[in-house]
Amino acid sequence: MMHTDILVIGGGPSGLSAAIAAGKSGAEVLLVEGNQYFGGQLVKQTHMFFGSEKQYAATRGFDIGKKLVEEVEVYDNVKTLHSTTALGIYEDGIVTLEQKTESEDVYLKVRAKTIIIGTGALERSLPFTNNDLPGIYGAGAVQTLMNEYLVKPGKRVLMVGAGNIGLIISYQLLQAGVEVAGIIDASSEIGGYLVHASKIRRSGVPIFTGYTIVKAEGKDHLEKATIAQVDRHWKPIPGTEKEFKVDVLCISVGLTPSSALFWQVGCEMEYVRDLGGYVPKRNQYLQTTLKNIYVAGDSAGIEEASSAMVEGSIAGLSASHNLGFIYEDYQRDIQELLQELEGLRGGEKGEHIRNGYNMVGF
Amino acid sequence: MLKTTGVPNDQDLDGVFPPQERLGKGPVVVVECFETIPCNPCYTACHFGGIEAFKDITDLPTIDFEKCNGCTLCISNCPGLAIMVIDYQYHKDYVKMTIPYEFFPLPKEGEWVKGLDRRGEVVINVQVILVKNAKHQDKTPLISIAVPKAHFKKLRNIEVGDSNDQS
Repeated sequence: MMHTDILVIGGGPSGLSAAIAAGKSGAEVLLVEGNQYFGGQLVKQTHMFFGSEKQYAATRGFDIGKKLVEEVEVYDNVKTLHSTTALGIYEDGIVTLEQKTESEDVYLKVRAKTIIIGTGALERSLPFTNNDLPGIYGAGAVQTLMNEYLVKPGKRVLMVGAGNIGLIISYQLLQAGVEVAGIIDASSEIGGYLVHASKIRRSGVPIFTGYTIVKAEGKDHLEKATIAQVDRHWKPIPGTEKEFKVDVLCISVGLTPSSALFWQVGCEMEYVRDLGGYVPKRNQYLQTTLKNIYVAGDSAGIEEASSAMVEGSIAGLSASHNLGFIYEDYQRDIQELLQELEGLRGGEKGEHIRNGYNMVGF
Repeated sequence: MLKTTGVPNDQDLDGVFPPQERLGKGPVVVVECFETIPCNPCYTACHFGGIEAFKDITDLPTIDFEKCNGCTLCISNCPGLAIMVIDYQYHKDYVKMTIPYEFFPLPKEGEWVKGLDRRGEVVINVQVILVKNAKHQDKTPLISIAVPKAHFKKLRNIEVGDSNDQS
Protein backbone atom coordinates (compact mmCIF):
# COMPACT_ATOMS: atom_id res chain seq x y z
CA MET A 1 0.00 0.00 0.00
CA MET A 2 1.30 3.43 -0.97
CA HIS A 3 0.35 6.59 0.92
CA THR A 4 0.26 10.12 -0.43
CA ASP A 5 -1.36 13.47 0.33
CA ILE A 6 -2.66 14.02 -3.17
CA LEU A 7 -3.21 11.49 -5.92
CA VAL A 8 -3.55 13.00 -9.39
CA ILE A 9 -5.21 10.67 -11.91
CA GLY A 10 -4.31 11.57 -15.51
CA GLY A 11 -1.03 13.02 -16.80
CA GLY A 12 -2.41 15.37 -19.45
CA PRO A 13 -2.34 19.18 -19.31
CA SER A 14 -4.70 19.40 -16.31
CA GLY A 15 -3.09 16.58 -14.28
CA LEU A 16 0.46 17.83 -14.90
CA SER A 17 -0.54 21.36 -13.89
CA ALA A 18 -2.32 20.04 -10.77
CA ALA A 19 0.77 18.02 -9.78
CA ILE A 20 3.02 21.07 -10.26
CA ALA A 21 0.76 23.32 -8.17
CA ALA A 22 0.41 20.74 -5.39
CA GLY A 23 4.14 20.07 -5.52
CA LYS A 24 4.88 23.77 -5.20
CA SER A 25 2.61 23.88 -2.13
CA GLY A 26 4.67 21.19 -0.42
CA ALA A 27 2.22 18.29 -0.56
CA GLU A 28 3.34 14.71 -1.26
CA VAL A 29 1.93 13.99 -4.71
CA LEU A 30 1.53 10.84 -6.77
CA LEU A 31 0.72 11.43 -10.44
CA VAL A 32 -0.47 8.40 -12.44
CA GLU A 33 -0.90 8.18 -16.21
CA GLY A 34 -2.21 5.23 -18.22
CA ASN A 35 -0.02 5.90 -21.24
CA GLN A 36 3.73 5.29 -21.49
CA TYR A 37 4.41 9.01 -21.50
CA PHE A 38 3.05 12.12 -19.80
CA GLY A 39 1.47 15.01 -21.67
CA GLY A 40 -1.82 13.46 -22.77
CA GLN A 41 -3.05 14.89 -26.06
CA LEU A 42 -0.43 17.68 -25.95
CA VAL A 43 2.07 15.20 -27.35
CA LYS A 44 0.23 15.17 -30.70
CA GLN A 45 -0.48 18.90 -30.93
CA THR A 46 1.88 20.38 -33.50
CA HIS A 47 0.09 23.74 -33.75
CA MET A 48 0.82 26.86 -31.73
CA PHE A 49 -1.49 27.42 -28.78
CA PHE A 50 -3.81 30.37 -28.31
CA GLY A 51 -4.35 32.14 -24.97
CA SER A 52 -1.75 34.32 -23.25
CA GLU A 53 1.90 33.86 -22.29
CA LYS A 54 0.76 32.38 -18.97
CA GLN A 55 -0.69 29.38 -20.83
CA TYR A 56 2.28 29.23 -23.20
CA ALA A 57 0.51 30.95 -26.12
CA ALA A 58 2.34 30.80 -29.48
CA THR A 59 4.21 27.70 -28.24
CA ARG A 60 3.48 24.39 -29.97
CA GLY A 61 1.47 21.84 -27.98
CA PHE A 62 4.15 19.15 -27.82
CA ASP A 63 6.66 21.71 -26.52
CA ILE A 64 4.18 22.74 -23.81
CA GLY A 65 3.91 19.06 -22.81
CA LYS A 66 7.70 18.87 -22.48
CA LYS A 67 7.82 22.05 -20.37
CA LEU A 68 5.17 20.74 -17.98
CA VAL A 69 6.95 17.39 -17.59
CA GLU A 70 10.24 19.19 -16.87
CA GLU A 71 8.52 21.31 -14.25
CA VAL A 72 7.02 18.25 -12.54
CA GLU A 73 10.51 16.76 -12.29
CA VAL A 74 11.71 19.80 -10.29
CA TYR A 75 9.72 18.71 -7.23
CA ASP A 76 11.13 15.82 -5.19
CA ASN A 77 7.78 15.55 -3.41
CA VAL A 78 6.02 14.69 -6.70
CA LYS A 79 6.28 11.02 -7.68
CA THR A 80 5.10 9.86 -11.08
CA LEU A 81 3.99 6.51 -12.49
CA HIS A 82 3.40 6.07 -16.22
CA SER A 83 1.75 3.04 -17.86
CA THR A 84 -0.46 3.04 -14.77
CA THR A 85 -4.25 3.09 -14.99
CA ALA A 86 -6.55 3.89 -12.07
CA LEU A 87 -9.06 1.06 -11.93
CA GLY A 88 -11.37 2.17 -9.17
CA ILE A 89 -11.89 4.18 -6.02
CA TYR A 90 -13.20 2.04 -3.16
CA GLU A 91 -15.54 2.91 -0.28
CA ASP A 92 -12.65 3.07 2.18
CA GLY A 93 -10.90 5.62 -0.05
CA ILE A 94 -8.33 3.22 -1.46
CA VAL A 95 -7.54 3.59 -5.16
CA THR A 96 -6.46 0.53 -7.13
CA LEU A 97 -3.99 0.88 -9.98
CA GLU A 98 -2.77 -1.42 -12.72
CA GLN A 99 0.83 -0.80 -13.76
CA LYS A 100 2.11 -2.35 -16.97
CA THR A 101 5.79 -3.26 -16.80
CA GLU A 102 7.84 -5.09 -19.42
CA SER A 103 7.43 -8.44 -17.72
CA GLU A 104 4.03 -8.30 -16.03
CA ASP A 105 1.03 -6.25 -14.99
CA VAL A 106 1.32 -5.16 -11.37
CA TYR A 107 -1.66 -4.46 -9.13
CA LEU A 108 -1.07 -1.53 -6.78
CA LYS A 109 -3.06 0.12 -4.01
CA VAL A 110 -2.78 3.71 -2.86
CA ARG A 111 -4.41 5.68 -0.08
CA ALA A 112 -4.62 9.44 -0.71
CA LYS A 113 -6.05 12.21 1.44
CA THR A 114 -7.30 13.99 -1.68
CA ILE A 115 -7.75 12.84 -5.29
CA ILE A 116 -7.64 15.15 -8.32
CA ILE A 117 -9.21 13.54 -11.37
CA GLY A 118 -8.12 14.80 -14.79
CA THR A 119 -9.04 11.88 -16.99
CA GLY A 120 -9.82 13.93 -20.08
CA ALA A 121 -12.41 12.98 -22.66
CA LEU A 122 -13.62 10.33 -25.07
CA GLU A 123 -14.38 10.83 -28.75
CA ARG A 124 -17.93 10.78 -29.98
CA SER A 125 -18.87 8.61 -32.93
CA LEU A 126 -21.49 8.94 -35.64
CA PRO A 127 -24.02 6.39 -36.94
CA PHE A 128 -24.18 6.02 -40.75
CA THR A 129 -24.25 3.15 -43.25
CA ASN A 130 -21.00 1.13 -43.23
CA ASN A 131 -19.35 3.27 -40.56
CA ASP A 132 -17.19 0.28 -39.63
CA LEU A 133 -15.35 0.00 -42.97
CA PRO A 134 -11.55 0.06 -42.71
CA GLY A 135 -10.40 3.58 -43.53
CA ILE A 136 -12.90 5.24 -41.22
CA TYR A 137 -11.07 6.69 -38.25
CA GLY A 138 -11.74 8.82 -35.24
CA ALA A 139 -9.82 12.10 -35.26
CA GLY A 140 -7.64 11.02 -32.34
CA ALA A 141 -6.53 7.90 -34.21
CA VAL A 142 -5.51 9.94 -37.26
CA GLN A 143 -3.50 12.29 -35.06
CA THR A 144 -1.86 9.39 -33.23
CA LEU A 145 -0.94 7.64 -36.48
CA MET A 146 0.50 10.77 -38.08
CA ASN A 147 2.09 12.69 -35.25
CA GLU A 148 3.12 9.87 -32.95
CA TYR A 149 3.87 6.95 -35.28
CA LEU A 150 4.61 9.03 -38.43
CA VAL A 151 2.21 6.92 -40.52
CA LYS A 152 -0.12 8.49 -43.09
CA PRO A 153 -3.70 7.23 -42.62
CA GLY A 154 -4.31 7.14 -46.41
CA LYS A 155 -4.14 9.16 -49.60
CA ARG A 156 -7.32 11.22 -49.70
CA VAL A 157 -9.41 12.22 -46.69
CA LEU A 158 -12.89 13.58 -46.12
CA MET A 159 -13.05 15.29 -42.72
CA VAL A 160 -16.35 15.08 -40.85
CA GLY A 161 -16.56 17.95 -38.37
CA ALA A 162 -15.41 21.58 -38.63
CA GLY A 163 -14.68 22.12 -34.94
CA ASN A 164 -11.15 23.01 -33.87
CA ILE A 165 -10.01 19.37 -33.87
CA GLY A 166 -11.34 18.69 -37.38
CA LEU A 167 -9.80 21.91 -38.71
CA ILE A 168 -6.44 21.38 -37.02
CA ILE A 169 -6.14 17.76 -38.16
CA SER A 170 -7.07 18.72 -41.72
CA TYR A 171 -4.17 21.19 -41.69
CA GLN A 172 -1.81 18.56 -40.27
CA LEU A 173 -2.92 16.11 -42.99
CA LEU A 174 -2.03 18.71 -45.62
CA GLN A 175 1.34 19.22 -43.94
CA ALA A 176 1.93 15.46 -44.06
CA GLY A 177 1.24 15.50 -47.80
CA VAL A 178 -2.19 13.87 -47.61
CA GLU A 179 -4.93 15.29 -49.81
CA VAL A 180 -7.99 16.63 -47.98
CA ALA A 181 -11.03 16.46 -50.29
CA GLY A 182 -13.17 18.59 -48.02
CA ILE A 183 -14.46 19.29 -44.54
CA ILE A 184 -18.15 18.86 -43.78
CA ASP A 185 -20.20 19.88 -40.75
CA ALA A 186 -23.92 19.51 -40.09
CA SER A 187 -24.01 22.90 -38.37
CA SER A 188 -24.78 25.96 -40.44
CA GLU A 189 -21.56 27.62 -39.26
CA ILE A 190 -17.95 26.56 -38.71
CA GLY A 191 -17.56 25.54 -35.07
CA GLY A 192 -13.79 25.94 -34.73
CA TYR A 193 -11.70 29.10 -34.76
CA LEU A 194 -12.11 30.97 -38.05
CA VAL A 195 -8.35 31.52 -38.32
CA HIS A 196 -7.94 27.72 -38.53
CA ALA A 197 -10.71 27.53 -41.15
CA SER A 198 -9.17 30.33 -43.24
CA LYS A 199 -5.69 28.80 -43.34
CA ILE A 200 -7.09 25.47 -44.61
CA ARG A 201 -9.44 27.17 -47.06
CA ARG A 202 -6.60 29.15 -48.65
CA SER A 203 -4.82 25.87 -49.28
CA GLY A 204 -7.79 24.95 -51.47
CA VAL A 205 -9.78 22.69 -49.13
CA PRO A 206 -13.53 23.37 -49.40
CA ILE A 207 -15.68 23.54 -46.26
CA PHE A 208 -19.29 22.36 -46.56
CA THR A 209 -21.44 23.60 -43.69
CA GLY A 210 -24.96 22.18 -43.39
CA TYR A 211 -23.89 18.75 -44.68
CA THR A 212 -23.83 15.36 -43.00
CA ILE A 213 -22.32 12.00 -43.91
CA VAL A 214 -24.95 9.63 -45.29
CA LYS A 215 -23.06 6.49 -46.21
CA ALA A 216 -19.68 4.93 -46.81
CA GLU A 217 -19.02 2.40 -49.56
CA GLY A 218 -16.17 0.07 -50.48
CA LYS A 219 -15.36 -3.60 -50.95
CA ASP A 220 -12.57 -4.31 -48.46
CA HIS A 221 -11.95 -0.74 -47.38
CA LEU A 222 -13.44 2.71 -47.86
CA GLU A 223 -13.61 3.83 -51.49
CA LYS A 224 -16.46 6.33 -51.57
CA ALA A 225 -18.34 8.58 -49.15
CA THR A 226 -21.70 10.26 -49.77
CA ILE A 227 -22.75 13.44 -48.02
CA ALA A 228 -26.05 15.33 -48.12
CA GLN A 229 -27.40 18.66 -46.97
CA VAL A 230 -29.45 18.61 -43.77
CA ASP A 231 -32.78 20.29 -43.08
CA ARG A 232 -33.75 22.17 -39.92
CA HIS A 233 -34.27 18.87 -38.11
CA TRP A 234 -30.81 17.59 -39.10
CA LYS A 235 -32.33 15.10 -41.58
CA PRO A 236 -30.58 14.59 -44.95
CA ILE A 237 -32.44 16.27 -47.85
CA PRO A 238 -32.91 13.82 -50.79
CA GLY A 239 -31.36 15.05 -54.04
CA THR A 240 -28.60 17.08 -52.36
CA GLU A 241 -26.10 14.22 -52.22
CA LYS A 242 -22.43 14.69 -53.18
CA GLU A 243 -19.96 11.85 -53.61
CA PHE A 244 -16.28 11.85 -52.70
CA LYS A 245 -13.75 9.23 -53.81
CA VAL A 246 -11.74 8.95 -50.62
CA ASP A 247 -9.90 6.17 -48.80
CA VAL A 248 -10.14 7.86 -45.41
CA LEU A 249 -13.02 9.34 -43.46
CA CYS A 250 -11.97 11.15 -40.33
CA ILE A 251 -14.75 11.52 -37.77
CA SER A 252 -14.28 14.59 -35.61
CA VAL A 253 -17.69 15.28 -34.12
CA GLY A 254 -16.73 16.26 -30.60
CA LEU A 255 -15.74 14.87 -27.26
CA THR A 256 -17.53 13.79 -24.13
CA PRO A 257 -16.00 14.03 -20.63
CA SER A 258 -14.52 10.84 -19.24
CA SER A 259 -16.66 10.51 -16.12
CA ALA A 260 -16.47 6.87 -14.96
CA LEU A 261 -14.48 7.52 -11.75
CA PHE A 262 -16.81 10.32 -10.61
CA TRP A 263 -19.84 8.06 -11.01
CA GLN A 264 -18.14 5.26 -9.18
CA VAL A 265 -17.02 7.32 -6.22
CA GLY A 266 -20.44 8.95 -5.92
CA CYS A 267 -19.94 12.60 -6.92
CA GLU A 268 -23.14 14.44 -7.73
CA MET A 269 -23.33 14.57 -11.53
CA GLU A 270 -25.12 16.86 -13.97
CA TYR A 271 -25.79 16.45 -17.69
CA VAL A 272 -24.62 19.67 -19.34
CA ARG A 273 -24.87 19.73 -23.12
CA ASP A 274 -22.62 22.78 -23.41
CA LEU A 275 -19.85 20.94 -21.55
CA GLY A 276 -20.15 17.75 -23.62
CA GLY A 277 -22.08 15.39 -21.31
CA TYR A 278 -22.16 14.31 -17.67
CA VAL A 279 -19.78 16.26 -15.43
CA PRO A 280 -19.39 16.42 -11.65
CA LYS A 281 -20.83 19.43 -9.84
CA ARG A 282 -18.08 21.48 -8.21
CA ASN A 283 -17.27 24.88 -6.72
CA GLN A 284 -15.01 27.45 -8.39
CA TYR A 285 -11.94 25.74 -6.88
CA LEU A 286 -12.89 22.52 -8.74
CA GLN A 287 -13.84 20.68 -5.55
CA THR A 288 -16.72 18.26 -6.21
CA THR A 289 -19.60 17.46 -3.88
CA LEU A 290 -17.21 15.04 -2.17
CA LYS A 291 -14.70 17.19 -0.24
CA ASN A 292 -11.67 15.07 -1.06
CA ILE A 293 -12.37 14.70 -4.79
CA TYR A 294 -11.36 17.43 -7.25
CA VAL A 295 -11.85 17.61 -11.02
CA ALA A 296 -9.86 19.44 -13.72
CA GLY A 297 -9.56 19.63 -17.49
CA ASP A 298 -11.83 18.00 -20.07
CA SER A 299 -13.32 15.61 -17.50
CA ALA A 300 -14.82 18.77 -15.94
CA GLY A 301 -16.24 19.88 -19.31
CA ILE A 302 -14.87 20.02 -22.87
CA GLU A 303 -12.65 23.07 -23.37
CA GLU A 304 -9.27 24.06 -24.74
CA ALA A 305 -6.03 22.72 -23.20
CA SER A 306 -5.19 26.27 -22.04
CA SER A 307 -8.20 26.19 -19.70
CA ALA A 308 -7.34 22.63 -18.62
CA MET A 309 -3.91 23.82 -17.45
CA VAL A 310 -5.38 26.71 -15.46
CA GLU A 311 -8.01 24.42 -13.90
CA GLY A 312 -5.32 21.94 -12.94
CA SER A 313 -3.33 24.68 -11.20
CA ILE A 314 -6.41 25.87 -9.30
CA ALA A 315 -7.32 22.32 -8.20
CA GLY A 316 -3.73 21.57 -7.14
CA LEU A 317 -3.36 24.77 -5.10
CA SER A 318 -6.80 24.51 -3.51
CA ALA A 319 -6.48 20.82 -2.63
CA SER A 320 -3.10 21.44 -0.93
CA HIS A 321 -4.45 24.50 0.89
CA ASN A 322 -7.38 22.48 2.28
CA LEU A 323 -4.97 19.83 3.53
CA GLY A 324 -3.19 22.52 5.54
CA PHE A 325 -0.11 23.10 3.41
CA ILE A 326 1.05 26.68 3.76
CA TYR A 327 1.87 28.35 0.47
CA GLU A 328 2.49 32.04 1.07
CA ASP A 329 1.19 33.36 -2.22
CA TYR A 330 -1.91 31.17 -2.19
CA GLN A 331 -4.51 33.97 -2.14
CA ARG A 332 -2.76 36.02 -4.81
CA ASP A 333 -2.10 33.05 -7.13
CA ILE A 334 -5.54 31.53 -6.87
CA GLN A 335 -7.23 34.87 -7.59
CA GLU A 336 -5.00 35.38 -10.62
CA LEU A 337 -5.78 31.89 -11.90
CA LEU A 338 -9.53 32.40 -11.48
CA GLN A 339 -9.25 35.62 -13.48
CA GLU A 340 -7.20 33.92 -16.19
CA LEU A 341 -9.87 31.26 -16.52
CA GLU A 342 -12.59 33.87 -16.81
CA GLY A 343 -10.56 35.60 -19.54
CA LEU A 344 -10.11 32.39 -21.52
CA ARG A 345 -13.86 31.83 -21.40
CA GLY A 346 -14.64 35.30 -22.74
CA GLY A 347 -15.62 36.22 -26.29
CA GLU A 348 -18.14 34.66 -28.67
CA LYS A 349 -16.52 31.21 -28.74
CA GLY A 350 -16.65 31.01 -24.92
CA GLU A 351 -20.39 31.59 -24.67
CA HIS A 352 -21.48 27.94 -24.48
CA ILE A 353 -18.82 27.25 -21.87
CA ARG A 354 -20.01 30.17 -19.74
CA ASN A 355 -23.57 28.86 -20.07
CA GLY A 356 -22.43 25.37 -19.11
CA TYR A 357 -20.61 26.52 -16.00
CA ASN A 358 -23.70 28.22 -14.68
CA MET A 359 -25.24 24.76 -14.38
CA VAL A 360 -22.56 22.93 -12.42
CA GLY A 361 -21.69 25.21 -9.53
CA PHE A 362 -22.92 24.63 -6.01
CA MET B 1 -19.71 34.08 -45.52
CA LEU B 2 -16.56 33.86 -43.38
CA LYS B 3 -18.43 31.81 -40.79
CA THR B 4 -19.70 29.27 -43.32
CA THR B 5 -16.75 29.04 -45.74
CA GLY B 6 -13.67 30.36 -43.92
CA VAL B 7 -13.18 32.97 -46.67
CA PRO B 8 -13.26 36.63 -45.60
CA ASN B 9 -15.08 38.92 -48.08
CA ASP B 10 -13.97 42.34 -49.38
CA GLN B 11 -15.79 44.11 -46.58
CA ASP B 12 -14.02 41.99 -43.93
CA LEU B 13 -10.68 42.75 -45.59
CA ASP B 14 -11.35 46.49 -45.95
CA GLY B 15 -11.70 46.57 -42.18
CA VAL B 16 -8.19 45.21 -41.58
CA PHE B 17 -6.10 46.59 -44.47
CA PRO B 18 -4.14 49.75 -43.63
CA PRO B 19 -5.26 52.94 -45.40
CA GLN B 20 -3.63 53.53 -48.81
CA GLU B 21 -1.81 56.55 -47.38
CA ARG B 22 -0.08 54.33 -44.80
CA LEU B 23 0.78 51.73 -47.46
CA GLY B 24 2.69 54.45 -49.26
CA LYS B 25 4.98 54.93 -46.23
CA GLY B 26 6.61 51.48 -46.20
CA PRO B 27 6.11 47.98 -44.78
CA VAL B 28 3.09 47.44 -42.55
CA VAL B 29 1.15 44.61 -41.00
CA VAL B 30 -2.24 43.20 -42.08
CA VAL B 31 -3.94 41.15 -39.35
CA GLU B 32 -6.85 39.04 -40.57
CA CYS B 33 -8.28 38.42 -37.12
CA PHE B 34 -12.08 38.62 -37.16
CA GLU B 35 -13.18 36.65 -34.14
CA THR B 36 -13.02 37.35 -30.40
CA ILE B 37 -11.04 34.30 -29.29
CA PRO B 38 -8.76 34.30 -26.21
CA CYS B 39 -5.38 35.06 -27.79
CA ASN B 40 -2.80 37.87 -27.51
CA PRO B 41 0.69 36.78 -28.72
CA CYS B 42 0.66 39.44 -31.50
CA TYR B 43 0.57 42.10 -28.78
CA THR B 44 3.28 40.49 -26.64
CA ALA B 45 5.50 39.84 -29.69
CA CYS B 46 5.59 43.47 -30.84
CA HIS B 47 8.57 45.54 -29.65
CA PHE B 48 7.26 48.79 -31.07
CA GLY B 49 3.80 49.17 -29.53
CA GLY B 50 2.34 48.54 -32.98
CA ILE B 51 -0.50 46.52 -31.48
CA GLU B 52 -2.39 48.28 -28.74
CA ALA B 53 -2.64 46.72 -25.26
CA PHE B 54 -5.59 44.33 -24.82
CA LYS B 55 -8.20 45.19 -22.17
CA ASP B 56 -9.51 41.65 -22.45
CA ILE B 57 -7.65 38.67 -23.84
CA THR B 58 -10.56 38.13 -26.26
CA ASP B 59 -10.23 41.62 -27.79
CA LEU B 60 -9.49 41.86 -31.51
CA PRO B 61 -6.06 43.41 -32.10
CA THR B 62 -6.07 47.15 -32.77
CA ILE B 63 -3.14 48.19 -34.95
CA ASP B 64 -1.35 51.49 -34.50
CA PHE B 65 -0.31 51.87 -38.14
CA GLU B 66 2.05 54.71 -37.27
CA LYS B 67 4.02 52.62 -34.78
CA CYS B 68 4.05 49.40 -36.84
CA ASN B 69 7.19 49.35 -38.99
CA GLY B 70 6.42 46.05 -40.71
CA CYS B 71 9.28 44.21 -38.96
CA THR B 72 7.49 40.81 -39.48
CA LEU B 73 8.23 39.53 -35.94
CA CYS B 74 4.55 39.01 -35.09
CA ILE B 75 3.86 36.86 -38.17
CA SER B 76 5.36 33.64 -36.85
CA ASN B 77 4.01 34.34 -33.35
CA CYS B 78 0.37 34.35 -34.46
CA PRO B 79 -1.14 30.92 -33.65
CA GLY B 80 -3.79 31.53 -36.29
CA LEU B 81 -1.27 32.38 -39.05
CA ALA B 82 -3.51 35.40 -39.63
CA ILE B 83 -0.78 38.01 -40.11
CA MET B 84 1.15 39.17 -43.19
CA VAL B 85 3.28 42.20 -43.96
CA ILE B 86 2.88 44.31 -47.10
CA ASP B 87 5.63 46.55 -48.45
CA TYR B 88 3.84 48.64 -51.07
CA GLN B 89 6.95 50.73 -51.79
CA TYR B 90 9.06 47.68 -52.68
CA HIS B 91 8.87 48.35 -56.45
CA LYS B 92 6.78 50.55 -58.72
CA ASP B 93 4.88 47.56 -60.11
CA TYR B 94 5.14 45.03 -57.26
CA VAL B 95 4.47 44.83 -53.56
CA LYS B 96 6.59 42.66 -51.34
CA MET B 97 4.26 40.37 -49.39
CA THR B 98 5.59 38.37 -46.43
CA ILE B 99 3.42 35.42 -45.36
CA PRO B 100 3.79 32.45 -42.99
CA TYR B 101 4.20 29.09 -44.74
CA GLU B 102 4.39 25.79 -42.82
CA PHE B 103 4.74 23.25 -45.65
CA PHE B 104 7.52 21.22 -47.19
CA PRO B 105 9.26 21.66 -49.52
CA LEU B 106 10.01 25.30 -48.80
CA PRO B 107 10.45 27.37 -51.97
CA LYS B 108 13.89 28.69 -52.86
CA GLU B 109 14.70 32.36 -53.25
CA GLY B 110 14.18 33.31 -56.89
CA GLU B 111 11.81 30.41 -57.53
CA TRP B 112 8.46 30.99 -59.23
CA VAL B 113 5.46 29.67 -57.28
CA LYS B 114 1.71 29.76 -57.72
CA GLY B 115 0.08 32.69 -55.96
CA LEU B 116 -3.22 31.58 -54.38
CA ASP B 117 -6.19 33.59 -53.19
CA ARG B 118 -8.13 33.04 -49.96
CA ARG B 119 -10.03 30.12 -51.52
CA GLY B 120 -6.78 28.44 -52.58
CA GLU B 121 -7.33 29.22 -56.27
CA VAL B 122 -4.43 30.26 -58.49
CA VAL B 123 -4.39 33.98 -59.26
CA ILE B 124 -0.97 34.46 -60.85
CA ASN B 125 2.54 33.00 -60.64
CA VAL B 126 4.84 35.01 -58.40
CA GLN B 127 8.55 35.05 -57.63
CA VAL B 128 9.96 34.31 -54.18
CA ILE B 129 12.20 37.12 -52.91
CA LEU B 130 13.16 35.86 -49.47
CA VAL B 131 12.81 32.73 -47.30
CA LYS B 132 13.37 33.13 -43.55
CA ASN B 133 13.40 30.14 -41.23
CA ALA B 134 15.26 31.20 -38.09
CA LYS B 135 15.12 29.31 -34.80
CA HIS B 136 13.05 32.00 -33.07
CA GLN B 137 10.33 31.51 -35.69
CA ASP B 138 9.78 28.03 -34.21
CA LYS B 139 8.95 26.16 -37.43
CA THR B 140 6.84 28.90 -38.99
CA PRO B 141 8.97 29.99 -41.97
CA LEU B 142 8.31 33.35 -43.62
CA ILE B 143 8.15 33.65 -47.40
CA SER B 144 8.37 37.01 -49.14
CA ILE B 145 6.94 37.17 -52.65
CA ALA B 146 6.77 39.92 -55.28
CA VAL B 147 3.10 40.43 -56.15
CA PRO B 148 1.89 42.64 -59.01
CA LYS B 149 0.10 45.63 -57.47
CA ALA B 150 -3.15 44.77 -59.26
CA HIS B 151 -3.39 41.50 -57.29
CA PHE B 152 -1.96 42.23 -53.86
CA LYS B 153 -5.31 42.36 -52.07
CA LYS B 154 -6.28 38.96 -53.47
CA LEU B 155 -3.20 36.87 -52.73
CA ARG B 156 -2.74 35.18 -49.38
CA ASN B 157 -0.96 31.85 -50.01
CA ILE B 158 1.42 30.07 -52.35
CA GLU B 159 1.78 26.61 -53.83
CA VAL B 160 5.28 25.35 -54.47
CA GLY B 161 6.22 23.17 -57.45
CA ASP B 162 5.27 23.04 -61.18
CA SER B 163 5.65 26.79 -61.57
CA ASN B 164 9.23 27.14 -62.71
CA ASP B 165 8.47 29.63 -65.41
CA GLN B 166 6.93 33.05 -65.34
CA SER B 167 3.86 32.31 -67.41
